[in-house]
Amino acid sequence: MSHAVHKDYAGAKLGMWLFLFTELLLFGGLFLLYAVYLKRYPQEFAAGGKQLNWVMGTANTVILLTSSLCAAMAVSAVQRDERRRAVWLILGTILCAAGFMVIKYFEWSAKIGHGIYPGSEQLKAGAPGGSVFFSLYYMTTGIHGLHVLIGGALLGWVATRVKSGAVNAGDYVLLENGALYWHLVDLIWIFIFPLYYLVL
Amino acid sequence: MSEQDHIVSYGKLTLIWLALLALTALTVGITRLELGGWKVLGALTIACAKAGLVIAVFMHMKYEGRLLRWLLFLALATLAIFIGFTFFDVLYR
Repeated sequence: MSHAVHKDYAGAKLGMWLFLFTELLLFGGLFLLYAVYLKRYPQEFAAGGKQLNWVMGTANTVILLTSSLCAAMAVSAVQRDERRRAVWLILGTILCAAGFMVIKYFEWSAKIGHGIYPGSEQLKAGAPGGSVFFSLYYMTTGIHGLHVLIGGALLGWVATRVKSGAVNAGDYVLLENGALYWHLVDLIWIFIFPLYYLVL
Repeated sequence: MSEQDHIVSYGKLTLIWLALLALTALTVGITRLELGGWKVLGALTIACAKAGLVIAVFMHMKYEGRLLRWLLFLALATLAIFIGFTFFDVLYR
């Protein structure tokens, strides 16, 4: 290349973190709704929470923690110029993302099969608290699931850049930011898991 | 990127992952017991500890400069204020 490309790594990372803060506030709002409605409908929330499968929730927690480990290791691998290993680690993260979505699919389809989904006759006939609980459940895990899909696609693209050498030991902020986004997905799940699957 | 960028070793990352798995097992364990309101407090405390490990090591916050740390503090303080003030309203209305 004949012209010098301007790079600002500190700026790129700062921008990513600022974006992640807005994500924290987005999910913070959903957790706030959860807390306020839990206070208003404690019985209905307890009944709703007991219908969620905590074994599947635990499996998804282990899967996401492992995916985050792979993403963090991929950053270390690129820093050490071990690009082949980094690509495999990113593929590991994406495999975990796929596993997470498969379990989520089984959870959601089991619930929908039992007539529990926003606007279903069963929820409309029941107490208002039950319908609030499941609306929040679908909203929160739905937006989180969307983040898993986006994060997986993003890391897939980053993996091709690592493979081609565009991301390397001297220039890896793209992978770092991709990994940061992925860790945020894990971070949000760390709170969704106890609140929806365990404490009710 | 600059020479002084910190490289976290695979061993350290694996240790953090094991700690996160142990904390997950602990949180599942204590919430299976009948502890009443303590269950929520315990589970949230463990979740915050897990989040701290992920942010500090996996997200490299431990190795970042003052700017990012203060911004993180600002974002968490904003979150705490808006959750806290909502609760003043909800609990004492």
